Amino acid sequence: MAESFGAADLEAVVPRLRRYARALTGNREAADDLIQDTLERAWTKRVLWQPGTDLRAWMFTVMHNVFVNGTRRSRATVSLDDMAVEDVGAAAATSVETGVVLAELARALSLLPEEQREVLLLVGLEQFSYAEASEVLGVPIGTVMSRLSRARERLRILLEAGGAGVDRQAPLRRVK
Amino acid sequence: MNQPSTDELLHAYVDNALTDEERREVERWIAEDADSARRVRAYLEQNLGLHALYDSVLNEPHSLDVRPPQRRAANAPQWLALAATLVLGVGIGFGWRSWQGGTYGPVTIAREAALAHVAYVPEVRHPVEVPAAEEKHLVAWLSKRLDAPLRAPSLASFGYQLLGGRLLPPTDRRDPAPLALLMYENAQGKRLSLLVKREANNAETSFRFSEDQGARVFYWIDGPFGYALAGDIERSELQKIARGVYQQLNP
Repeated sequence: MAESFGAADLEAVVPRLRRYARALTGNREAADDLIQDTLERAWTKRVLWQPGTDLRAWMFTVMHNVFVNGTRRSRATVSLDDMAVEDVGAAAATSVETGVVLAELARALSLLPEEQREVLLLVGLEQFSYAEASEVLGVPIGTVMSRLSRARERLRILLEAGGAGVDRQAPLRRVK
Repeated sequence: MNQPSTDELLHAYVDNALTDEERREVERWIAEDADSARRVRAYLEQNLGLHALYDSVLNEPHSLDVRPPQRRAANAPQWLALAATLVLGVGIGFGWRSWQGGTYGPVTIAREAALAHVAYVPEVRHPVEVPAAEEKHLVAWLSKRLDAPLRAPSLASFGYQLLGGRLLPPTDRRDPAPLALLMYENAQGKRLSLLVKREANNAETSFRFSEDQGARVFYWIDGPFGYALAGDIERSELQKIARGVYQQLNP
């Protein structure tokens, strides 16, 4: 019998799934709901995973599908305010010399279309190669590249505008 | 890839996806083009910012359930079905009802031991996470995760050597304590699993036994720990070893 994955293998992937899902949804509860759905989906689709291949990439693929379907079912959307505050609180202890104001980054991220946000996070945060991201999302590499380019450029403009782009959407709390 | 556009090259530079030659070329060109340089810097800062925002999530404790959904038992892998049969055996054999409403401990640990034994004993490549060669590290690691000092009893006098151990996620939401699994193997390749978990009540029970489908389990609670020894060897032999474990842990 070919070896398949077990609960312990999934447990090992969970931290990465959580980081990604948190950034994607901007909210702890929504992220964990998404992952729980993903875990259950993975068990029912278990025979489709090929032993020897990267379980992490496969789990991200499963999560992408759950996310896309869930969004269509109107998964709870999160207000920008909740989003930025919760995660900036978590990151406040981390001091980084980035010049990017983290609260603004979190808000700007939430303004990206989901398909751009996914690519940006898979590549920029989760360090997937373009080819891996293309497999996870089920789109050609060219599409990955163009979404990535649009996502980064949009973020850059939002951030360089000093949050002005965000101001119109929600009262801005600058974090200095 | 076809001839990449300058835009694609900039991103590939940020994502470390270029050959050395391409990278040098992009660097030359950034040096002369302030706008490209500004973009590259902005993109790199975005990545740093994302890590600053979200890396802490990696170390957050969570309460997600990684186990197969119980209600879909019909589609569940074979070992789960087998384990379900074992649970039934335990229930019938030892009066499931008498445990309901009271402590879940002994029945839970017998079921968990059966699950773990059936799941991990057939593993050829990765039956354990930490091998016995690192026994000190193994014991320290499991003690830390169980939040109580654990010992790995020696079963050498019964012909079994410690193979190693692993940490298992809790299988029961009502009882979210992690489980330590120690695995032993004899010269014939027979394996025994000793499952240890923290028990909330410092109770003490006598040895209890369950058997089904070729896997036998002796289990008991002793102070802060519940133990379950599972194997597919003769009941009398398993009992002797279980007593040996008990005696070593209570010298």
